[in-house]
Amino acid sequence: MNYTNTLKIAINALRRNKFRAFLTMLGIIIGVASVIAMLAIGQGSKKSIQDEMSSMGTNMIFIMPGADMRGGVRQSASDMQSLELSDVDAIRERCPAVTAVSPQVSSSSQAVVGNNNWPTSVYGVDNEYLDIRKYSVETGRNFSDREVKTYAKVCLVGQTIVENLFPNGENPIGQSVRVGTIPLKIIGVLAEKGENGMGQDQDDLILAPYTTVQKRMLAITHIQSIFASAASEELNDQAIEQITETLRRTHKLKATDDDDFNVRSQAEMVQMFSSISDMMTMLLGAIAGISLLVGGIGIMNIMYVSVTERTKEIGLRLSVGGRGNDIMMQFLVESILLSVTGGLVGILLGLGASSAVSAFMNWPTVIVPMSVVFAFLVCTVIGVFFGWYPARKAASLNPIDALRYE
Amino acid sequence: MANKIIQVNGLKKDFHVGEITVHALKGIDLEIEEGEFVAIMGTSGSGKSTMLNILGCLDKPTGGIYQLDGISMGDMNKNALAGLRNEKLGFVFQSYNLLPRTTALENVEMPLYYNGRVRAKERRERAEAALEAVGLADRMHHMPNQMSGGQQQRVAIARSLVNDPRVILADEATGNLDTRTSYEIMSLFQDLNDQGKTIIFVTHESDIARFMKRNVVFKDGRIVKEEWVKDRFNAKQLLAELPVDQDVI
Ligand SMILES: Nc1ncnc2c1ncn2[C@@H]1O[C@H](COP(=O)(O)OP(=O)(O)OP(=O)(O)O)[C@@H](O)[C@H]1O
Ligand SMILES: [Mg+2]
Repeated sequence: MNYTNTLKIAINALRRNKFRAFLTMLGIIIGVASVIAMLAIGQGSKKSIQDEMSSMGTNMIFIMPGADMRGGVRQSASDMQSLELSDVDAIRERCPAVTAVSPQVSSSSQAVVGNNNWPTSVYGVDNEYLDIRKYSVETGRNFSDREVKTYAKVCLVGQTIVENLFPNGENPIGQSVRVGTIPLKIIGVLAEKGENGMGQDQDDLILAPYTTVQKRMLAITHIQSIFASAASEELNDQAIEQITETLRRTHKLKATDDDDFNVRSQAEMVQMFSSISDMMTMLLGAIAGISLLVGGIGIMNIMYVSVTERTKEIGLRLSVGGRGNDIMMQFLVESILLSVTGGLVGILLGLGASSAVSAFMNWPTVIVPMSVVFAFLVCTVIGVFFGWYPARKAASLNPIDALRYE
Repeated sequence: MANKIIQVNGLKKDFHVGEITVHALKGIDLEIEEGEFVAIMGTSGSGKSTMLNILGCLDKPTGGIYQLDGISMGDMNKNALAGLRNEKLGFVFQSYNLLPRTTALENVEMPLYYNGRVRAKERRERAEAALEAVGLADRMHHMPNQMSGGQQQRVAIARSLVNDPRVILADEATGNLDTRTSYEIMSLFQDLNDQGKTIIFVTHESDIARFMKRNVVFKDGRIVKEEWVKDRFNAKQLLAELPVDQDVI
């Protein structure tokens, strides 16, 4: 029999059983779509965390007081005050792999302008801080060394502060914002940065000279943490080594003493987060795998049942002179048509679902090309095989046995 | 003398059901000449259908020789048998066996799809001609579930005719039909026979058997009686005599 005839017979058979064809395809569609969508969601969140983390600067290094907390050891209060301004100077002088360094002290306060107030955090920092944290000044200017030395009552504000304290769109530059009891003059507005990977608003902050926050607001002499930049991401480890050595020296630690501070790089954090999201991707992948399995078994079932159900049709076709091969080809073509169409619709649905999740739930998604290929192949191969194999069996029967089949 | 289209010698068929072996045919000898119209009769379970299925190459005998048109069936492979079923044999089943949700025309076209020499246009024309021959010109695009039993059987007969076979085999083709419809079907078969087709017709009704030229009676897997029909019924004549209100009852 020629191929046009086989194709015509197969298409006619599908046309006669639209609903059954639809159900069969549905199994394949859902199998393919769910795998694609789930992996896209997993991969998307991983990538967005990575992106956010590296937008914070992969060459950033931060130094916290107290020993490494990773073991879960509790820290004493004196440990928490182990960082001094002299440490910052020491790092600046003795660590060639470090290009910028800034102390940080912070305070949570109510910020007030006229009738508007907003709870926020005030960070006392040096003027190199903007570079280290990848902030930039949108309007106005950064504070000067002189302003730092003289505890000047000036500040930079983030976009969230502007929105909440100047709701009518006034120009904030030159205005005064009261933080706690201290009025600070706004000299610059930071460019918008948006949320970070953990959902924190990076624009909800006020930056002031660290001296101002130390003396005027917190009345302390120690500093809470130090931020630094390595010359490049590759020099992270070297920078961490130099900083550790320097701080051990300034803190006069004996060789047997543990560090009373800990140094971490942003790159390390990125790695930590991406290994978490790797796990998430694996989890989603496992779920997707299971849905592929369930989908596959579903496809198997419906294909097998519908072919078995059609044994009588096979018997009839044999009895009017169809050869086993003709009938096998018919079912092969039918299941290829169903599986491939289902697979393609599944791909479209999977891609659609992924972009819908991005658009409506604000959840980043990244399509994993391998998942598309893999899901499509698995589903269509299962579909084709289980549409063809039982048909091959039935087509090898005596016509009368196929006709009598119940 | 006419050509012996069917020649059967010592034909046997056993069925194995679990431990038990059923000897459905126990050595059948039968010759049928071209143009004959033979009824295979007998009680239920006597082996009529088994015999017909073997004659129609739908089933294989356990033993014995079956020659169709001088060719021995025992030597043929599956594909060759399929070719024979397609070109030389037409089968009519008691239960019609039409494809559901498929128009009469498409049902009748079906065997022609398996005949590589017939192109789409010719396929359509031959199917239409076959349906016209069985009086269903106005029902070509109806589905089986939109037709009566008699109409469905006529579609099945059209399907068996469409390849212009040498032999038509019918198994209880009137078994599900009322008297008038049975007579109509018989009239169709008598016309076909008059046109030269060899017809083998299984029935257990002696009334129906009287439409044929020769009756072969089976009992318990053997032929117990063979006779030529003397006062052969003419279906058209009987139809004309049938009281008009017969099927109203
Ligand atoms: N597929 C089968 N498997 C087992 N036994 C079978 C099979 N087909 C037929 N038989 C047996 O073979 C014998 C003959 O059956 P067959 O169908 O030929 O009878 P029949 O003369 O056509 O009867 P009826 O008039 O009821 O149709 C029966 O005893 C039946 O049980
Ligand atoms: Mg029977």
